[in-house]
Amino acid sequence: MTIKAIQEDLIDEFSMFEDWEERYQYMIDLGKTLPLIDEQYKTQENIIKGCQSKVWVHAEMDSDKVVFTADSDAIITKGIIAILIRVFSNQHPQDIIDADTDFIDAIGLKEHLSPTRANGLVSMIKQLKMYAIAYQTQLQ
Amino acid sequence: MELFPAFGSRSLRGAPTMPQSGLSKKIAMFNVETIRKDFPILQRQVNGKPLVYFDNAATSQTPQQVIDAIVDYYSNYNANIHRGVHSLSQEATDKYEEARLKIQKHFNAKASHEIIMTAGTTHGINLVASGFTALLKEGDEVIVSALEHHSNIVPWQMLCERSGAILKVIPMNDEGELVMSAYDDLLSEKTKLVFVNHISNALGTINPIESIIKKAHAVGAAVLVDGAQACPHVKADVQALNVDFYVVSAHKMCGPTGVGMLYGKEEWLNKLPPYQGGGEMIAEVSFEKTTYAGLPHKFEAGTPNICGGIAFGAAIDYMNNIGFKNINAYEHELLEYATKRLLEIEGLKIYGTSKRKTSVVSFNLDGIHPYDVGTLLDKMGVAVRTGHHCAQPIMDYFKIPGTIRASFAFYNTKAEIDVLVEGVKKAKMMLS
Repeated sequence: MTIKAIQEDLIDEFSMFEDWEERYQYMIDLGKTLPLIDEQYKTQENIIKGCQSKVWVHAEMDSDKVVFTADSDAIITKGIIAILIRVFSNQHPQDIIDADTDFIDAIGLKEHLSPTRANGLVSMIKQLKMYAIAYQTQLQ
Repeated sequence: MELFPAFGSRSLRGAPTMPQSGLSKKIAMFNVETIRKDFPILQRQVNGKPLVYFDNAATSQTPQQVIDAIVDYYSNYNANIHRGVHSLSQEATDKYEEARLKIQKHFNAKASHEIIMTAGTTHGINLVASGFTALLKEGDEVIVSALEHHSNIVPWQMLCERSGAILKVIPMNDEGELVMSAYDDLLSEKTKLVFVNHISNALGTINPIESIIKKAHAVGAAVLVDGAQACPHVKADVQALNVDFYVVSAHKMCGPTGVGMLYGKEEWLNKLPPYQGGGEMIAEVSFEKTTYAGLPHKFEAGTPNICGGIAFGAAIDYMNNIGFKNINAYEHELLEYATKRLLEIEGLKIYGTSKRKTSVVSFNLDGIHPYDVGTLLDKMGVAVRTGHHCAQPIMDYFKIPGTIRASFAFYNTKAEIDVLVEGVKKAKMMLS
């Protein structure tokens, strides 16, 4: 599936919810589906800075695709990183670099993009894209 | 009696809630519903729910009376102070200096030139820390408490790096109180400075500063008290405390951000060199030599936050009109109610359980990250602070990433606490 198609799926899924409670409950549930990072990668340097909770992300290449795994000590943050990983994992690095993130607004999580929010959604996106840039450089 | 001298005889447009009548009966008049009408922001909604504002320890809300003082300044007499010969400048200078007198009176300083107008608590601390660089030598010791905000740790660490002085720490116990016997052991003739907060921002503990000051003076050390968390709850009397330096921020006590005060005993302020150079702080300037102005101007380089200073004065008037005894009694009631109600929730633990504390409840739900609870509470219109509250050493002590902190002000209600309690229950249900 392309990044765009996954984003559209997410928008569809989130459009079913009528209030914040259902939306957050779904995010919490998505957190439970997160492909967990191997314990050995839960290191200080894999922590994404700018988050009030801890978020670890690990990336590796599977042929020409980037595979992300992650974890967080906070449940909502885990849901957020799970959404991002669903969108960006198993994708070609160039597609990750080129992808826009407008879907975040469309699924009602725009508030998490504000720099005053302490969950670091912006830092997470940046970190995933940085991995993609690094792998893209390797491929070339 | 002139109750709002900041406004003078000026008529204020758009000042509908000036409680001019009945103020003499102020003690008997404490009515939270009336008080809430003074705060326009309390009428708004957040995420479609009525705002429940419990982040007062971070910043207090602003009453109409203070907003009016700000509007009045910019509408009627905005001018630079201390220099102009024209009427507006004179008027602005008078109002600004009137505010300084109000601050002096409020904190009972001996002289108005012992009140240095600052940009806030952090600025005041840095001013003193910078000044002490010249007064300390290698091997001198300075003492900080384990309960401090980062702003009362880092400037002193920087001072130690500059001067070679050694930083010692008064430890805390499980209740979130300072261990005074350990303080006794740390004190010696080597101790030159002690800095401690009056009230802890993360836990609400009221520190025994009277005893801390006495003991420090007994070994010849100076004491700086960070009053940022105390000023909305306690009317500190700097002469009775015999404290050497006391710092506050206006925005913690219904005033605007970006302004505060440093009280310093005259003898100490005379010993400290100027902090910043610029206009206002000089007597004579030539390229060979500059002589500095006297107190307080020596420490007030540049154009100050004139409007902020005047509004700070209005905030002090506002709080005194309500009365600190009333504020204290009412907030204590809120604290007891919130503590009792929150503890009804299974798995909820409160950090900071000293008998001497202000209206702050720092807590966690067993196995749940404070950030998750704070995020969901926000969706329910409840504003709390989550995280380490700029006091990481305290969080390290309890081995937690942070807490959820609800801090109450005199304009909060028990009904709002009920909203918080229901919100925490709901968050717990969603997150378990």
